[in-house]
Amino acid sequence: MALLSIQNMTKRFGGLVALNALNINVKEKSIHSIIGPNGAGKTTFFNCLTGFYRPEEGEVLLNGKSIVGLSPDRIVHKGIARTYQNIRLFPNLTALENVMVGYHVHLKSSFLGPILGLKSTKMEEAKAKQIAMDLLKYVKMDGKEETLAKNFPYGEQRRLEMARALASQPKLLLLDEPTAGMNPRETQDMMDFIEHMRGEIGITIVLIEHQMRVVMNISDIVTVFDYGKMIAEGLPEEIKNNKTVIEAYLGSGDAADSH
Amino acid sequence: MTKTQSLWNHGVKIGAIGGVSVLTISLIGMVQMFGKRFIVADFLPMGVAIALILTILTAYLAAKKTSIPDKSIQLANSVISGLMTAGVLSMLVIIGRSIKLRTVFVEASPQLYNILTGGIQGAGGIIFLLGVGLLCGVFAGILILLNDLWRKLIVNALATVFVLGLLQELIMPILKAWDLGVTNYIAELFYAMNGLTPMGAILAMIIFSIIYLSWYANREKIKKGYGDLPKETQKKTKYLGLLILAIILIVLPQVLGLFLSEVLTIVGLYVLLGLGLNIVVGYAGLLDLGYVAFFAIGSYVVALLTSPQIFDFGLNFWQALPIAVICGVLAGVILGIPVLKMRGDYLAIATLGFGEIIRILVLSDFLKPWLGGAQGIGSIPNPNFFGFHMVKPQHIYYLLLAGCILVVFISLRLKNSRLGRAWMAMREDEDVAQAMGINLVATKLLAFATGAGFSALSGAIFASKIGSVYPHSFNVFISINVVAIVIIGGMGSLPGVVIGAAVLMGLPELLREFAEYRMFVYGVALVVMMLLRPEGLLPEQRHKMALHDEPETEAKTAA
Ligand SMILES: Nc1ncnc2c1ncn2[C@@H]1O[C@H](COP(=O)(O)OP(=O)(O)O)[C@@H](O)[C@H]1O
Ligand SMILES: [Mg+2]
Repeated sequence: MALLSIQNMTKRFGGLVALNALNINVKEKSIHSIIGPNGAGKTTFFNCLTGFYRPEEGEVLLNGKSIVGLSPDRIVHKGIARTYQNIRLFPNLTALENVMVGYHVHLKSSFLGPILGLKSTKMEEAKAKQIAMDLLKYVKMDGKEETLAKNFPYGEQRRLEMARALASQPKLLLLDEPTAGMNPRETQDMMDFIEHMRGEIGITIVLIEHQMRVVMNISDIVTVFDYGKMIAEGLPEEIKNNKTVIEAYLGSGDAADSH
Repeated sequence: MTKTQSLWNHGVKIGAIGGVSVLTISLIGMVQMFGKRFIVADFLPMGVAIALILTILTAYLAAKKTSIPDKSIQLANSVISGLMTAGVLSMLVIIGRSIKLRTVFVEASPQLYNILTGGIQGAGGIIFLLGVGLLCGVFAGILILLNDLWRKLIVNALATVFVLGLLQELIMPILKAWDLGVTNYIAELFYAMNGLTPMGAILAMIIFSIIYLSWYANREKIKKGYGDLPKETQKKTKYLGLLILAIILIVLPQVLGLFLSEVLTIVGLYVLLGLGLNIVVGYAGLLDLGYVAFFAIGSYVVALLTSPQIFDFGLNFWQALPIAVICGVLAGVILGIPVLKMRGDYLAIATLGFGEIIRILVLSDFLKPWLGGAQGIGSIPNPNFFGFHMVKPQHIYYLLLAGCILVVFISLRLKNSRLGRAWMAMREDEDVAQAMGINLVATKLLAFATGAGFSALSGAIFASKIGSVYPHSFNVFISINVVAIVIIGGMGSLPGVVIGAAVLMGLPELLREFAEYRMFVYGVALVVMMLLRPEGLLPEQRHKMALHDEPETEAKTAA
């Protein structure tokens, strides 16, 4: 069964149909790439999945249960985490604090626990810290726990954002153009990292990309958007040679990216 | 940019800004008002000192902004700027002595002209004024040309003199209070009745220089020496520091006397308010301009419950205190609910309205039978501590000290917790915070409630200290004072709040002439802070977590 099942999802902004009757199934432990020209509706798709926007029509099922209409914070509890196309860290918090905020959903203490110094609070804080440290190490940022997020170079900010998303221990990780603004070498490193992550953590990943070439090697399945519609879906090999897809990219002037 | 352009753009223009600044503080009467308060007795009045500082500062900026890396141009710019400032003031003196400006500018008096010209009439006075401007320019130019160490040394030595002179009324009584031969001697050596003695000023500079230079020469050694000490010793030094601080805080009102203790209690009330607002604004990033509402609620609850005037519930202060705090917390939640969806400016305006609504409600005739209307509520008994009546400001001080310690403790504990991180995440990016699983409603309401509780605590103590409450005590300026304290002190920083309260509330009490210019100076201070030091006077230290978990890492290495 699919981990995530999107049925007939439509999202409109005024007269603009940003997502048009989408039907997509994401298999457990797969890397499922969403590609398409700029403005195709890829980010909007993520925003609808994470509760930031509410789709006008359609259903989103996670493990068979509907999550449509839940608020973003509830959806994280259900096991979906994301990163942003334009990195959105908490700039004036340290790397460690950023990741610990990611672990928020697994902590229970509220007001009195920390004030009274309850043992349970201390223990869960210690555990949260340990998990955050481990994750920072996992994204090769150990030793930089106390640096403010805004002071990291671009590449590290991307990795920190990923560590923060992983901290919520999601079943499904949504990555929005994790290679935006990277050179070919960094892009390749990122793709290798994502592939490793899927293997090691055993997580399901939906990966948005704007360049087709980048995701071909690591994707199990590729879905192509254009003007809010799904115009093709299939194995990378099939997509590469799909006429409609090539036309869509040619039409948008992104042809250079598709080869 | 050519040299002439630079001289025009930097020297003349920035100098003109300096001129207008000094002109402003002269025409609004600051120079004259502070003319009776001396930094150095009978020699340098504070008003003149401020004018000189402004002149030197702009001349320094003129040189600093010079884009041509040429020392002589820099020097020329600072001299031109100094002369320009003096020039603007000369115009004032020349015009003012021939036409009567007082019909428009009340403060443009012959006394002002005498201050500006060193008391010399005619052309001689103008020459004197321009000469002073020239000297300021040269001095600023020299500062630019000096290296970092000497510049810092000179500036800080002068600042020391300024602060020592300013705080004469604070320091002198403390020294005299011991009534020992040595302290009396020191007091008389440094201070005349109205400021530092010239001898004292020079001595202060010399002593400061010696300390500064010896620290500078050994700074690497000191830092390294401290870092090399075993962790245990470092910890002990830290505790020793805290112990000394505690002793100072406990002894303080005993040596300060009645008036200064009164000032301290005002500072204390605002520290409590500031710590509360620090949670709302500093941690959670919710700009609340109606914060006085909770202060008022705390005060009125204590007044109603303890004063025999309206209801005569007959409770004592200690019974009323927790009820006041709980009412504050509830009010925080209730006023928080309608503004949950608002952000930034909208939130600020809405909360500003709430603050006024509470005051006007209390003032209203409709509620007069229950709240006393404009006459307020009087006869609030002083707190009673195991049969001991806390009447003097010194006693209230200890009450406030205990309150502050409690609130600091709670703030620190919360900050490094799940809730504190949620607050800060919300401050940084509300949408992303929610996308991390943070429940915005609960987190916001907890911030409002906590801040309101602290504010109500402050209000409760205020009511029992003053003995009577009136609606007009709770105007919007209290909210503005507290916001200014938090911003100028450093958002999110606890020591910043204390320093901010001491500077913004304590200093004006010491310099009574200042009261009239309070809002003016706050405005200027806020603008200058935003431009030069947006993080505040004592910004938040973001390395607390590293210090917090030392025991754990030690345990790990041991294992
Ligand atoms: N909040 C919004 N309001 C109005 N239009 C929007 C909004 N968000 C996205 N859109 C529009 O929806 C379309 C899809 O945008 P987006 O999902 O960001 O594309 P992609 O991520 O594929 O580049 C674009 O035409 C964009 O202008
Ligand atoms: Mg996008």
